[in-house]
Amino acid sequence: MTFPLPRVALAAVAAALTTTPAFAQSTLDRGDTAWMITATVLVLLMIVPGLALFYGGLVRAKNLLSVLTQVTAIACMVSIIWVIYGYSLAFTGDSGLIGDFSKAFLAGIAPDTLSGSIPEYVFLSFQMTFACITTALIVGGIAERMRFAALLAFAVLWVTFVYFPLAHMVWSENGYLLKLGALDFAGGTVVHINSGIAALVGALMLGKRIGYGRDLLAPHSLPLTMVGGALLWVGWFGFNAGSALQANGTAALAMINTFVATAAAGLAWMLIEWATKGAPSLLGLISGAIAGLVAVTPAAGLIGPMGAIVLGAIGGAVSLFFCTTVKNALRYDDSLDVFGIHAVAGIVGSIGTGILVSPSLGGVGVEGYDMATQVWKQVVAVAVAVAWCGVISAILYKVVDVVIGLRVSKETEREGLDLAEHTERAYNM
Amino acid sequence: MSMKIVTAIIKPFKLEEVRDALTALGVHGLTVTEVKGYGRQKGHTEIYRGAEYAVTFVPKIKIEIAIPATQVERTVAAIVTAARTGQIGDGKIFVSDLEHAMRIRTGEVDAAAL
Repeated sequence: MTFPLPRVALAAVAAALTTTPAFAQSTLDRGDTAWMITATVLVLLMIVPGLALFYGGLVRAKNLLSVLTQVTAIACMVSIIWVIYGYSLAFTGDSGLIGDFSKAFLAGIAPDTLSGSIPEYVFLSFQMTFACITTALIVGGIAERMRFAALLAFAVLWVTFVYFPLAHMVWSENGYLLKLGALDFAGGTVVHINSGIAALVGALMLGKRIGYGRDLLAPHSLPLTMVGGALLWVGWFGFNAGSALQANGTAALAMINTFVATAAAGLAWMLIEWATKGAPSLLGLISGAIAGLVAVTPAAGLIGPMGAIVLGAIGGAVSLFFCTTVKNALRYDDSLDVFGIHAVAGIVGSIGTGILVSPSLGGVGVEGYDMATQVWKQVVAVAVAVAWCGVISAILYKVVDVVIGLRVSKETEREGLDLAEHTERAYNM
Repeated sequence: MSMKIVTAIIKPFKLEEVRDALTALGVHGLTVTEVKGYGRQKGHTEIYRGAEYAVTFVPKIKIEIAIPATQVERTVAAIVTAARTGQIGDGKIFVSDLEHAMRIRTGEVDAAAL
């Protein structure tokens, strides 16, 4: 049976002004379908080459290929896992925690099977890209020192035991957090807090890169990072506006929010950096923009554009604080700031959603809304995501370490993973 | 005839000026390398998100010229005139002995190879 998408149920509450609730619809809508196919491909663009290049430019030249390979390989692997059992575990079942295997191997789904107003194949493809990018994001925390084999093994375990249950809890019709009433439009918890925590745990368990704090570990190509970041912004419209699952006013709202929150966050980071460090940097501008994108992700179809500006600016500023002051004080080597940007801005966005969804602040409102209660629900969702991800990720890292070994040898790390692990050189000049 | 190698470390933007000055002297070959170094010139700070790096090495150009010993003085003078700006970081010139030289194509040695 094709269930009306739970996120559409959320969006339906949100879009009560414009459309009939999607679960009343059971015919194919070509506009919705065309949009969702496009949105799915946009999210894929975010991963390859968006995220790949964004991360690639930030590492040293001798590790560029390793990052590109890690991101791309994870995307391929998770895609297969998704269609074999991931979709089923995430989006079926009566339990609040995890689904069942009723749709393993996509059983029972045909080209004309619908999920709301779009083919179910499109819905599950869209969701597949989310599983892929969440897992790929973790690469940022463990970059330049994790064994490729260990990463692949970890990714399989992580997506199975961390991502699928959390996605189920937040987005599946019987999911515990969905039923609780926590709001997460496009994945602040499931994607960003989740990957950010996993990356931080990995960074801590792997340990610092050789030379951290002493050697020059600067990005080798900020142009690549900018290209990647730009592709992320463009693709993110698929991520956020696509989470409306329809081509309608909610998608339009998500789109405008994805513009202004990002812009506000980029400017906020850049201006604060300008004032405190003396110069506005490209990396700061791009990082701020990404932080804004992350912050607005849980809120995209639920808050007003003015609220999005505020949310973006705050998300950018808080992220900057964590990526600089906090990180330097605590001295953990989250190589590419996955925690500082994705987890932190994700938390800001998730909690901010509870506040800014209020109609008095320009939001779309929720039935029976009470700000304190809603914020509390958001906090619970955040706490569940952090705890679930943190604990299980730690266990999985440990398991992989014991069985295979997580970290490359010192010689490999010094030589560079491209040559040592992949027998390739990025630049032959 | 004894030969010398003149090694000059200069500011990168001075390369063309120095090369023109050497050509005017009749020097028709030289080797250029991009190098990094520091002396009294300070480096700079690079900031990438939270990471601040004090980069002490400054990019320079190294020129190496093999010439007869009789020409060393005026060659050094020409380089100095062309490369000097008066600011810290102008560079240094080293002169060392050259025992043998050979042109690979023809097999000419020493003075004929220069």
